[in-house]
This record gives sequence, structure tokens and C-alpha cells, in this order.
Amino acid sequence: MSNTETLLSIKELHASVEEKQIIKGLNLEIKPGEVHAIMGPNGAGKSTMGYVLSGRDGYNVESGSVILDGEDLLEMETEDRARAGLFLAFQYPVEIPGVSNLEFLKASVDAQREARGEDAITSADFLKEAKAACKQVNLPVSFLKRGVNEGFSGGEKKRNELMQMLLLKPKLCILDETDSGLDIDALQVVAEGVNSQRSADRSFIVVTHYQRLLDYIKPDFVHVLSEGKIVKSGDASLAHELEAQGYAWLQTAPAEDELEG
Amino acid sequence: MTEQIDKALAREYEAGFVSDVESETFEPGLDESVIRRISQMKNEPEWMLEWRLSAFREWLEMEEPDWALVDYPKIDFQAISYYSAPKSMKDKPKSLDEVDPELLRTYEKLGIPLIEQQMLAGVAVDAVFDSVSVVTTFRDKLEEAGVIFCPISEAIQKYPELIKKYIGSVVPKKDNYYAALNCAVFTDGSFVYIPKGTRCPMELSTYFRINEQNTGQFERTLIVADEGSHVSYLEGCTAPQRDENQLHAAVVELVAMDNAEIKYSTVQNWYPGDEDGKGGIYNFVTKRGICHTNAKISWTQVETGSAVTWKYPSCVLKGDNSVGEFYSVALTRGRQQADTGTKMIHLGKNTKSTIISKGISAGKSNNSYRGLVRMNPGADGARNFTQCDSLLIGDKCGAHTFPYVESRNPSAIIEHEATTSKVSDEQMFLCRQRGLDPEKAVSMIVNGFCKEVFKELPMEFAVEAGKLLEISLEGSVG
Ligand SMILES: Nc1ncnc2c1ncn2[C@@H]1O[C@H](COP(=O)(O)OP(=O)(O)OP(=O)(O)O)[C@@H](O)[C@H]1O
Ligand SMILES: [Mg+2]
Repeated sequence: MSNTETLLSIKELHASVEEKQIIKGLNLEIKPGEVHAIMGPNGAGKSTMGYVLSGRDGYNVESGSVILDGEDLLEMETEDRARAGLFLAFQYPVEIPGVSNLEFLKASVDAQREARGEDAITSADFLKEAKAACKQVNLPVSFLKRGVNEGFSGGEKKRNELMQMLLLKPKLCILDETDSGLDIDALQVVAEGVNSQRSADRSFIVVTHYQRLLDYIKPDFVHVLSEGKIVKSGDASLAHELEAQGYAWLQTAPAEDELEG
Repeated sequence: MTEQIDKALAREYEAGFVSDVESETFEPGLDESVIRRISQMKNEPEWMLEWRLSAFREWLEMEEPDWALVDYPKIDFQAISYYSAPKSMKDKPKSLDEVDPELLRTYEKLGIPLIEQQMLAGVAVDAVFDSVSVVTTFRDKLEEAGVIFCPISEAIQKYPELIKKYIGSVVPKKDNYYAALNCAVFTDGSFVYIPKGTRCPMELSTYFRINEQNTGQFERTLIVADEGSHVSYLEGCTAPQRDENQLHAAVVELVAMDNAEIKYSTVQNWYPGDEDGKGGIYNFVTKRGICHTNAKISWTQVETGSAVTWKYPSCVLKGDNSVGEFYSVALTRGRQQADTGTKMIHLGKNTKSTIISKGISAGKSNNSYRGLVRMNPGADGARNFTQCDSLLIGDKCGAHTFPYVESRNPSAIIEHEATTSKVSDEQMFLCRQRGLDPEKAVSMIVNGFCKEVFKELPMEFAVEAGKLLEISLEGSVG
């Protein structure tokens, strides 16, 4: 990281799903330790951006570049991107029936350790860490024994995503609407979870629809993603403006759009 | 007991250096004279020979079944050799260097110790001191408890009354085509007897039986748990077995007397054949247990091998309040075909059965569950619960479910649930996003799918079964 001031650099990214162009010229620079909030209307391409960065099958990059920590992210397999420190908290976490949370998390942590040339963590040590993480996100320890997301409530799933982040200690965390569907207490838990992880060598992309979350997590930048690209950037105050006025005033395009004036 | 082992070892030795090849393996073909010779080689009493011959006559009248959803070239029963003594030293690979490296790679992954690798691969092992001592202490302990555990050929000599009473009592000679053939030509297998009120002091496993090596083709197992006794039996081991016999037709009979309990676990991992299914083993097995009053029989199986599997471990719930269970994982890949399931025959009052079947298909394989639940008129208050889940990996494989229900008692309750799912893109993406490679991801998802069955296996077996699935799934992704 020493030779580069930038953790993530996205340049002129164009990507499509099933022949449909969704990301259309995305640019974004993130420095180590920064928190970037991304807001924007439904269907703008926020989740798609997370999938494209993570290398999900079926999401095709047509042009542009993405460099993470000096490495060409687009050349890497999905799992290698994760091992390089990229973490995505899903908007809609999926269930894996019968696979216990603990087993899943330990396998993930071990896979990442192995990639770094470290030995697998001992079960006892891992259990200790996992219990602490449970406590931090306010989930009962019994959730470690349950199947991954199996029968979890919406809010529990989101907290479970956060727990995974705590254990994997990524360099770049993309939180895709981790605050949606949370009760007020849970919202605080998520915000505190993120704040506790803020550090000089960890950056965040926080996708959210609500400025409320940003009152707890003070972002360094707020961007508006619309129709596959960033149409406006600013500081935390931009979130307040959006909350008050919506997105319509930002819509690029049709000239007859009076609000633009 | 040490004597016995010494003898067994000596016999192998003898076979290698003294007798000629002809006397070890019969020329192909099947008629009454072949059966007489088998019986003679085994030094059997007259009644046993007569039993075999009557089964053979029945078999001649029978037709090979064709209702299963499996497809294989017609078997020429005259082209098979029906007797082969333990492999001679000179036929065996001299060292592991001569064994298929694929097989060795798998042993290694399973973490099997070197000496056992050699035994499994059929390498000429002439100084198996470790295993001998294991077997000996094992036998001493069993003897103390009064448990009989020996090759069935030995039991025919030593315990003729028990054998006469129980052999064919659960699977009658003419039960089905392959069972009848087995009765006529079986060469060896295991016999277990647990005396009244005895809890067998350890898990019994064929793995520990030193003269196991070449009982393969027409194996016969008989387990009798006398009143109030308890036994857990493990068949096979998780390593793939080297075997040149293409056709396997085994028979397993379990007898659980009043208040007795038998737990029978199998991990079957025979050679499935190459990508096109060539050279794999055809596995046609008849397994059945009878439960007397308050008795319980539980079958647990993990099937990942064989080119063609035809297998329906069953329970006849004869006594009131008896319980039958069937837990199965069947994984098929490549061009494997499996038609497997169970039969639960409820005769007694308040009998209960549970069927949990997990079928996993990958590649171009076909996996069928075929289960029968029959409630006889006397089965007042009987209950069955069946759950059949299929998991597909990829889109060229098939899963089929054929539940047959026959209820002749209105008070009986039968519940059936079935699901089919796929290893989804979302699940794969989640796993990979967390750093798992695709193969580890699939095996983890599959293991999760099988959890309800694995938890029925004895601990070490469950761990091995998990590893086995992982290895079996290699190359099934993408
Ligand atoms: N597999 C697909 N096939 C076709 N269209 C798709 C596919 N996946 C996403 N899209 C479309 O891409 C667009 C962007 O979707 P995306 O999920 O990224 O939006 P979003 O900004 O995350 O919205 P939200 O705020 O509702 O979560 C949407 O119009 C969506 O319908
Ligand atoms: Mg979204």
C-alpha cells in the first residue's frame, strides 16, 4: 500500500448483465481509511456495482479498469478478490441449509489465511473470536450453530453479514443496504460495528437509502449513483439535501427537466 | 484367536507358492457342479449344500428384474467365475508403486495410514503386525462379552444351529433374482450374534476382519441380536476398493429379537467406472431386517461408488411397537446410475418408520429414490414419515422419486415430503465471495444438505463420509 495513495480506483467502468448495460462509465477513487456512502434511486446499479467488483458470474465488464491495492481486480477470480481483502455484505443474504454458521465462517477465515500463507486457526481460538463477534452484533451465540442464514429474520441476516465482516477483517468493505429493514437498535448496532472497524487501513463503501445511517457513520464522501454512474459527489451534507429533495433534481438528461434550472 | 489369524496369513502364503492358479479361481460358468465345488472348497456340511442347490434351482426359474431405472448391458452369468480364493502373493501388486496412482491419491486425501493403504489396495503385505494385534485385542474383548463375530463360512462349521435357524429367514431364497443367485454361490461374509441382554462393547466393522479381502462378489452377512441386545455394525470403509469383479450381489439379513436394537451403517465407495461408466461395478444388493416386539433397526448408508446401484435396505416391522429407520445419502456423478431406497413393511401395532433420503446428482448421472411403505391390516396406529430430498449439481443430471404407498389399515398415518433443489448461483457466489474455492463451496453445500443423515453415522465415519463426498465431487464443478 505504501507505493500507492489509493486503495480502490475505478475508471470508466462499463458492465452488463444478460446483455443489458447497467454500469455506464463509473469512476470512483477510495483512499485507505475512507468511508464513501453511495445513494441513488432503485435500479440505479448500486448492487450491480458490488457484484461487478466482487466478480460475480454473469456480470460482464465491457471496458474500464479497477485496481485494488495496486492489483488488477478484474483479472482475478471471485475467491481471489475476497482473499485480497474485498468483502461484500449482501443486500439479500442467501441461505445455505445445514451448513452451520460457525463451520462456514471458519472455512472462510481459513481459506483466506491459507492464501496469505498462514496456518488454519485452531477451533478453540476461532470459537472465542466468533463468540465475541456475535456479541458485538448482538446475536445470541446459538446463531453460530444454526445453518447459514437459515430461517434468520431480515434484520438477523444483516447482522450476520456484519459478523462475517468482523471476522474476515477485510481491507475494503462494501455494505449493500445493510441498514435496510433494521429496527432502531439494530441500526445502532450496525453503525457501531462499522465505526469500531474504521481504521487507517480499512475503507468502506456504504450503500444506503437513508441519511439516518449516515448520522451514525460519518462518511467522508457521499456519492449519488444514477443510471450506472456517479452523477454527484459531496460531503456528508449532500445526504441531507437528498433526504429533503429526493433525486429528481439530479437527473441528468431530458432538457425539458425544469427542476434542473 | 491368534491361531486363526496365523492360519489365515499362512494360507495366503501357501496359496502363493504351492497351489497352481487353476485351483484358486474357477473357470467361468455356473451349473450344479460349480455349486458343489464351492461347497466342497468351504468344507460345508451336507445341509448347506442342499440349501444352495435348492436356491440355484429356484434361480434358474427366475427372470432378471428390469423395473429399476438403470440401464446396463445384459449380464452373461456364464461368463463369470464363481470362486476365487484369496489373492495369491504373486498376483498382488508387489508394492504401492504398482497401484493406480489415482487410488493412492484418494487414500492420501482420506488420511489412511500406509499399512492400511497397502491392505486396501491389495498389496502383498506379509507382516501386518499392527493390524494383527488390533484384531486380536478386538476379538478377546468380544469373546469376553460372548459376542460372536466371524466369517460366515467359519460360522457354518462352528455354529450350525444358529445358521440353520436364521439364514434365509429374513430374505427367503427366492426373494429376488440376485438374492437367489447369492444363496447358491455366496463365498463368504460376516456372521454376528449378540447374546441376550448384551450391549456389544464396540462398533463392529468388517474393516477389522483380517480375512475380509476377497469376500467381495457374493457376500453374505447375517446379524442376529438376541432379546434386549444392542449392536452397531459398520460395513466397508470410506476408501475406494480395488476390485476386479464387475458384478456384486450381496445379501444382508438382520434379526432383531424383542427389545433388541441393530444399527447398520454402510459407506460404499466402489469403483464407479471411467467418465463413460466403463469398467465400474454393478452393485445389486438385498438388505433386509426383521424387528420383533419393541425392536429397532436403523439403516444408514452413504453411497458414492459403483456404476450401477440397485439397493433397498428394508425393515419388516413384525413385532408391536417396533421401529424401522432408513437414512440414506446417494451421490451419483459421471455416468453413474443409482436406483435405491427402502421398504418399510408394517405388520405390528404402533410400529413406526422414518425414511430420510438425500439424493445428489452431478454430471450426467441419474439418481432415483424408490421407496415402499406398506401398512398391513394388523398395523393399528402405525406411522411412517418419509422425506426425500434431491439436490442437482449442473443441468445434465437427473433425480427421480418413486414413492409407493400401500395402506390397508385406516388408522395408519403416512406422511411424505419431497423437495428438489439446486446448488444455486447465489450460494456459490456467497461462498466464493468469502474466499472459498468453488470445489470447497460445493462440497460444503452438499455436506449441509446431507447433515440429517451424517449425524446418524458413528462419529469418525461421519467425518470420513464428509471427506469422501468432497473427493467424489472433485471436478463436478464448472
Ligand atoms: N440478471 C439481470 N437481468 C436483467 N436485468 C438485471 C439483472 N440484474 C439486475 N438487473 C437490472 O439492473 C438494474 C440495476 O439493478 P441493481 O440491483 O444494481 O439496482 P440497485 O441500485 O441496487 O437498486 P435498489 O436500490 O433497489 O437495491 C435494475 O434495473 C435491474 O432490474
Ligand atoms: Mg440494490
